[in-house]
This record gives sequence, structure tokens and C-alpha cells, in this order.
Amino acid sequence: MNPSEETRKRIDAAIKEYPRPRSALLAVLHLIQAERGYVAKEDQEWVAQRMQLPSAEVAGVVSFYTMFRTAPPGRHHLQVCRTLSCQLRGCRELLQHIRAKLGIAEGGVTPDGRFSLVTVECLGSCGTAPMMQVNDDYHENLTRDGLDALLDSMK
Amino acid sequence: MSHDAYSPLLLKNIHRADSATLAAYRESGGYRALERALKEMSPEQVLEEVKASGLRGRGGAGFPTGMKWSFMPKGEGEKYLVLNADESEPGTFKDRLLMERDPHLVLEGFLIGCYAVGCRHGYIYIRGEFVHAHRVLLKAVEDARAAGLAGKNILGSGFDCEITLYRGAGAYICGEETALLESLEGKRGMPRLKPPFPAQVGLYGKPTSVNNVETVANVPLIVEMGSSWYASIGRPKNTGPKLYCVSGHVRRPGVYEFPLGVPLKELVFEHAGGMLRKDRPLKAVVPGGSSVPILPAEKCDVLMDFDSLAAAGTMLGSAGVIVMDDSVCMVDALLNLARFYAHESCGQCTPCREGCGWYVQILDRLERGEGKSSDLDLLLDLSDRIQGNTICPLGDAVAMPVRSYVNVFRDEFQHHVTQKRCLAKPATASR
Repeated sequence: MNPSEETRKRIDAAIKEYPRPRSALLAVLHLIQAERGYVAKEDQEWVAQRMQLPSAEVAGVVSFYTMFRTAPPGRHHLQVCRTLSCQLRGCRELLQHIRAKLGIAEGGVTPDGRFSLVTVECLGSCGTAPMMQVNDDYHENLTRDGLDALLDSMK
Repeated sequence: MSHDAYSPLLLKNIHRADSATLAAYRESGGYRALERALKEMSPEQVLEEVKASGLRGRGGAGFPTGMKWSFMPKGEGEKYLVLNADESEPGTFKDRLLMERDPHLVLEGFLIGCYAVGCRHGYIYIRGEFVHAHRVLLKAVEDARAAGLAGKNILGSGFDCEITLYRGAGAYICGEETALLESLEGKRGMPRLKPPFPAQVGLYGKPTSVNNVETVANVPLIVEMGSSWYASIGRPKNTGPKLYCVSGHVRRPGVYEFPLGVPLKELVFEHAGGMLRKDRPLKAVVPGGSSVPILPAEKCDVLMDFDSLAAAGTMLGSAGVIVMDDSVCMVDALLNLARFYAHESCGQCTPCREGCGWYVQILDRLERGEGKSSDLDLLLDLSDRIQGNTICPLGDAVAMPVRSYVNVFRDEFQHHVTQKRCLAKPATASR
């Protein structure tokens, strides 16, 4: 499945934005992932061809950066921060609560495709710990009740 | 002396609902410094002013900014200023606040920096997860360009400077300046061997200087108010205002602005509201982000500046102040950090790549009550073998906390070996 016309236009523009086309690789992968939700093997091949790079170079970049996913996430991708300040403020209890509530472990996707769950390293939101990022958005100062309400509101 | 009467300089605008807009920024005097720099000062004069101010980089190393800029070759020719907006040191959340709430302050400081070093195209490398901050900054750049504050012939001065935003994609290591440059070139973010330093061979092989967000946010102040005024804030050789990020077991975590040299205890007990739970006293503080040595409660009578903390055997780093009460098990806390560094090591240097994995294995067995007495010295030995033996400072950034946690809380680590359990009394869930 190739990127849509619209995404291909944005990819062309991104490549023109830098003095060296290779600089656009991260931006191109972000655009692909924004459309499809992840960067599949075939997308990586498409990017390699489009940017005239060896496919191993593209695969190397995809695997280096934690934001690039190679499998489809749920509609709501829960990224719970697990680093020290969040741990001090109870992220382990929250994570346990999410696991029990959704019936999935880290790396899992609910069977209805509604939620996926991962832990991530420090998201730079330590003053509002515990927190998680859901798709693009930060949800801070999480409590168990607040978390329940948030998850219930995500269809 | 308490700093209750201190009026913020870097955070003066953020409480306005419309603080991120160009109109609000200009209303509070914004872009006057840029105009002054472009119309009344030569690039050399700006650079000299920043040098004289004593401004030291706010990203972690505390290197004098004016001196860093002065390493750039003079004259025309392709060269770059890059803004390091890849804030990811655990415990640090100040740059995100500046970018989201006062993006034009960041932009103005960055543009003045570009003028000072003769850069015609500046790049802002922003952490990939900061989607909101990226949108806010993008809008700020567009608005600034439309108002003639960025792009061609800025403010009619003849100075051209394009600004391009670049999104990272999740890698702590890209906060290291040469890894950042690799990433900006579309590659895996693996640090480069120095020399050559970026000021000679940087982005696309051209001379490059990399500055932190908070660092450039200080520059408009220096240009507008003058270096002697600026240098009167803070302490000798540790000048200017500073953003301190307080997290962990305090009642009011958040970003606080005070001059460099605010007492750590004043910060924690007055401004951040003191300890979270009445029955849980202070046990330790990490004063400068997760990579610096830890201070036990009895050593917390220190001033929060570069030189005072260095004298106390630790570092100001990114001023990420992580406060721990006596519910914290130090083995557990260090295991959390070891996992972080093991995840974030780029893998190119053996001591760091393998050493981080060893730390995790050893700390994990200590935490499970399966450790050996020799494990304590093994952790210290590993730190000696990693520190100073890697291309970039990530190796040091893990070796230093490991060494300090084990040395400072040796009894607690030993207790895990002999009693197979923890000395700390865990709290009930904090919320």
C-alpha cells in the first residue's frame, strides 16, 4: 500500500526543505506513520526507493528511534512513562491498573483494536507525574479515577 | 535570605493566557532586543556582550556560551546555529515550558544567536514526542516570518535568517550535540568522535554551534539590559536567572525561576512546598537530572549553581531536581535509572553498551534479594571501566550516579545482600 497522494506531496515538500535530501528521512517516516499508524516493512522499502537509500539504512533508522513502530497500534496508543520521577509518583500502580482493566500487558493491543499499551522512558513531564502520552497528547497528574474516566471516554 | 520577592525574567510572560502569541510577546517588549542587536550592534559586539555576561550553557555542561560562539570561524561561508530542543534528561521539563508558553522568547534569542555567529539558516531540533510544543513553535516561526522578524531582510536590517524546525523521533542520545547533528542529517543518532569539534566540522560538515533552549532564552535579556546588569544576577561565574525543575516527593512540583545559586533547601521546602507526606522525611535529592551524583539529606545544604554543586561532588546539570523521601529504596531507584540508560545507550561503544546491561542484571538480582556481597564492588568497578572510556558522555552519565548511589547508600545495598530485602519502608500508593 503506497502513501496517499496527499502524503506523497508532503513527502516531496519535506525532501525539498533541507540542503541534503537525506535529512528528510525522519520527517518522511513521521509522515508515513501519521497516515498508516506504523511503518511497515513495505513502507520502508518504498521510502528507500523514494529517497534513493539502501533499505538497510532506512531499517536502521526505523529501529533506532523508539517513536517509529513496525506493527499497528491500537486506536489509542497508551505510552506510560516509567522513569524515575514518574515511578516516585506511582506509575507502577497506574500501569498495573491499566493492565488489569484492559487485559493486556506492555506491547499488547486489545482484541477490538481500541487500545495498545507500552511503557516509555522520560517524556519530560516530571513535574506533572505520573503521566502518559496517548497518541500525540500528554495526560498529566494522573490518578486512578482520572485514568478510568479518560480510558472510558476513548472509543 | 529567601527569594520570595524575586520577579521572574525568563518566565515573566507565561502566566498570560495568550503568552504564546506574537502580539502578547511584542506587548511585553518582545523583539526589542533583536532590533537593537541588528540595528545598533555588530555581530562581534553581540558576541562580546554575551561573553561579558558570563552566561553558561543551560543544557547541562555549563560551558560559557559566548566562548562557544567565538569558536566559530569569522566571516561569510555556510555555517549553522542549531537549537537543542531535545529535552530528555530525566527530571527535566523546563525547555518544554518555554517553547509551549513563550515560543517567541526562544525564537528571539535564537535569531540573535544566529546573527552573532553569522548563521543564515538556523535549525531547531525538537524532541519528537513534543508534538504540542512543535506546533506552537511552528506557528511562532510562521508568524515571525510574516512580521518580518525571520527570513529575508529581518526588520529591514539586511540580515537574512531562515529557521527550520526538525522533529526527532525518540532517542535520549540525540540530546548529545554530535548525535543531534547525525540525527539532523537523517541518520541514526550516534555521537561523533571529537575532535573535530562541531565549530569546525558540524552539520553537513560545516562549522556549527549547538545551544540549549533555556540558554538562548537568556540572550534577549543580555542584549536589552546589558551584560553588567545580567552579571549582577546570581553569583560570581554563575550569573543570571535559572529554571529549576522540581519533581518527586514534594507538594508543589514544577518549574521555578530564581537566580543561579538559590539554596537547594529553600527551593524544596519553601517554593516547592516541602515534602509530599508529613510522615515521610527527606532522604535524598538528585540536583541536576538523573545523570548526576545523588546528595543524601544531610548534604543538601548547598547552593544551586555550577560551581557550588561541583564543590559538593555533584553537578547542576540540567537543574532537574528529583526529591526522594524515606519510602524510596535506593536499589530500586538506581535499577530504574540503569534500565533507562541501557535502553538509551546507542550501542556504539562497548563499555557503555555492555556495561549498562551488566548494571541492570546486577541491580535486578540485588533488588530480588539474589545479589552477592561482591556485587557492590562490581558495580563500582564497572563505573571505573565505563567513565572516560566512551565517545560521548552517556557512559559518564550512568557511571556517576551508579557510583554515588552505591557509595552513599552502601548500607542499604549491603542490606539487600545480607537480609535479602529492603531497608526502606515502602509507602502505600501515593495517590
